[in-house]
Amino acid sequence: MNNVFVICEVDEGKIADVSLELMTKGRSLANQLKCKLEALVLGHNLKGIEKELYPYGADVVHIGDDERLDPYTTLPHTSVIVDLFKKEEPQIALLGASTFGRDLGPRVSSALQSGLTADCTSLEIGPHEDKKAGKTYEDLLYQIRPAFGGNIVATIINPDCRPQMATVREGVMKKEIYDATYKGKVSKIEVDKILKPEDLVVNVIERHMEKSKVNIKNSSIIVSGGYGVGSKENFNMLYELAEVLGAEVGASRAAVDAGYAEHERQIGQTGVTVRPKLYIACGISGQIQHTAGMEESSMIIAINNDPNAPINKIADYAITGDVGEVVPKLIKFYKQNTK
Amino acid sequence: MVKRRIVNSLILIYLSTVNNSLPKIETMGLNVIVLAKQVPDTRNVGKDAMKADGTVNRAALPAIFNPEDLNALEQALRLKDKYPGTTITILTMGPGRAADIIREGLYRGADNGYLLTDRAFAGSDTLATSYALSCALKKMSKIDLIIAGRQAIDGDTAQVGPQVAEKLGLPQVTYAEEVLSAETGKITIRRRLERGVETVEMPLPGVITVNASAPECRPRNAKLLMKFKHARTITERQNEAEDYIDLTADRPYLNIEEWSVNDIETDMNWLGLSGSPTKVKKIENVVFQAKEAKRLTPADEEMDELMKELIANHTIG
Ligand SMILES: Cc1cc2nc3c(=O)[nH]c(=O)nc-3n(C[C@H](O)[C@H](O)[C@H](O)COP(=O)(O)OP(=O)(O)OC[C@H]3O[C@@H](n4cnc5c(N)ncnc54)[C@H](O)[C@@H]3O)c2cc1C
Ligand SMILES: Cc1cc2nc3c(=O)[nH]c(=O)nc-3n(C[C@H](O)[C@H](O)[C@H](O)COP(=O)(O)OP(=O)(O)OC[C@H]3O[C@@H](n4cnc5c(N)ncnc54)[C@H](O)[C@@H]3O)c2cc1C
Repeated sequence: MNNVFVICEVDEGKIADVSLELMTKGRSLANQLKCKLEALVLGHNLKGIEKELYPYGADVVHIGDDERLDPYTTLPHTSVIVDLFKKEEPQIALLGASTFGRDLGPRVSSALQSGLTADCTSLEIGPHEDKKAGKTYEDLLYQIRPAFGGNIVATIINPDCRPQMATVREGVMKKEIYDATYKGKVSKIEVDKILKPEDLVVNVIERHMEKSKVNIKNSSIIVSGGYGVGSKENFNMLYELAEVLGAEVGASRAAVDAGYAEHERQIGQTGVTVRPKLYIACGISGQIQHTAGMEESSMIIAINNDPNAPINKIADYAITGDVGEVVPKLIKFYKQNTK
Repeated sequence: MVKRRIVNSLILIYLSTVNNSLPKIETMGLNVIVLAKQVPDTRNVGKDAMKADGTVNRAALPAIFNPEDLNALEQALRLKDKYPGTTITILTMGPGRAADIIREGLYRGADNGYLLTDRAFAGSDTLATSYALSCALKKMSKIDLIIAGRQAIDGDTAQVGPQVAEKLGLPQVTYAEEVLSAETGKITIRRRLERGVETVEMPLPGVITVNASAPECRPRNAKLLMKFKHARTITERQNEAEDYIDLTADRPYLNIEEWSVNDIETDMNWLGLSGSPTKVKKIENVVFQAKEAKRLTPADEEMDELMKELIANHTIG
């Protein structure tokens, strides 16, 4: 009772990375709260899946294995989780802020009237005093998240409703084996007793999992390369930086024309217009036709070996140096500081 | 207040008599509700949108139609093109000025709109918002389809659509990119997921939330702009200058229905700040750098410091 739960996502028969990251976080929260960490996995053909979760410190793995739970649809998952949570009364329930978690989480939280905090970047335990009501609370989950397009960071709490539910994006928490020999136990969910015909009204008719199409327009961080990047091979550095930052790669027209990047990545007057939170311009001179498509970015970092490149006029940070030297350093120091 | 409610109900009576006098024709038309939110344009947070003390200068941010709600409206308009007889109603909860987005929707092809406005709704989290919206939706006549945007650009949670569906006991399909068909009580939708696309079928009535990757909304239509330019809520009409001529008696479509908490059935315990399970404990503004670019060299210490700064102010990480 009153344990920390992680609602796990199954991706091609394996536990998704974001869920394992949350297990790592969940384990440390459970240790701090002196309670157990429980995982919940729903799907089909899940035999042995608990073995993936034990090393992350799962004390209990609840498994609901039923063909009606795969492929994922909202309603049957919701019914099973709501049923379990009513019995188990978790104090905290975490899930990935993926298309899965952002579809499922709000539905579950509404059914339990429990509240949900989206896209947390940090989760901590702390006290709270409600002066008006004259109440004090110990050990609440501080759910820290950016909002307002990234312009503010809010700390959200759920003083009175349980579970305290939060979603977290992939890559935000660190995934780390807790104890390779850790042993928990399995608790089987009797899915058959829970599902009702009205849970099964939505049908998946077709499903194509593919490499996601370039989506620079919706990306909150963009690493963009220009002619100064020098070659298609050098662009790989930018992809690497984008990968660690959770960003997309954009390009100037000169870079596209030179064949360094695909046309769909072009930013500017004849490409797409973007307004990310962070735009990193690598080897881009900053001609008006390019800046027209990115000058409304909240923050701009320019990397250029010419200290007088026009891009520096609109940049918040101007790094004067070679792309080939600077980009690997950004990757290195980002990794060092987020460990 | 009293006066206002009487006028409201008179209009309601008027509208319902008009509806009843029409012969009942079976059409393929759908009754579609679009949920739309007025939001500050957080995408255009330029350097002047932050005050000297680092707080968000809301006044400098224009209030706009939430972008993905325009994608939602476009899906509704396409259904109306495809299935004649379809009506589109915009429902928004917000302050009085949120009537602006209802007019914006009318200019683009929506048929009517409801503004849900009351201080009792202030401070709502997504659950309390969804509860209030669901109570208003229950009050409306038979609904076939509710279309929301995936996410609002201020709260950024993407929770209201699924929570409205749950509160109404309706099925949901999120991340919709295109409604492929809506016939014989079923709707077929293509969804855009992180790593793929999925086609799903859902019985009606139901709720869908529409992604930014869906087609953009068509622009305003000049004729509709002329037709609805003077559409007003009752409060707006009362606040107009003295020479304002109220045309709603002759042209009922110029009335934007305004509902307060008293016009819908609710449990007050579930509304507003006190009805919200989540509370904001603390808000910090992300302070932006001064206009002058900070000059850096590729030296290790400077690159390390830059990354630390960006992580600390939540720009990355
Ligand atoms: C800093 C901050 C952080 C917050 N964090 C959370 C949080 O983590 N959890 C939480 O529960 N609440 C949170 N809130 C409250 C939340 O922003 C409000 O409840 C808001 O009214 C709805 O949430 P949203 O903007 O995220 O909408 P979303 O859920 O992103 O909106 C999705 C869709 O629902 C429809 N919709 C949403 N609101 C309305 C409306 N008023 N009228 C008509 N249609 C609408 C639109 O179609 C919209 O596209 C937070 C508020 C602030 C200021
Ligand atoms: C009608 C029209 C429409 C256009 N539309 C677009 C558009 O949509 N988008 C667009 O981007 N452009 C557009 N252009 C082209 C635009 O005018 C510029 O030519 C283009 O943006 C230049 O791209 P660039 O900055 O990558 O290349 P360049 O201008 O060649 O700049 C390269 C930069 O890299 C720097 N550099 C070189 N080597 C290094 C190194 N090793 N390390 C660090 N820095 C280095 C240089 O100092 C220079 O500043 C358009 C032009 C026209 C006429």
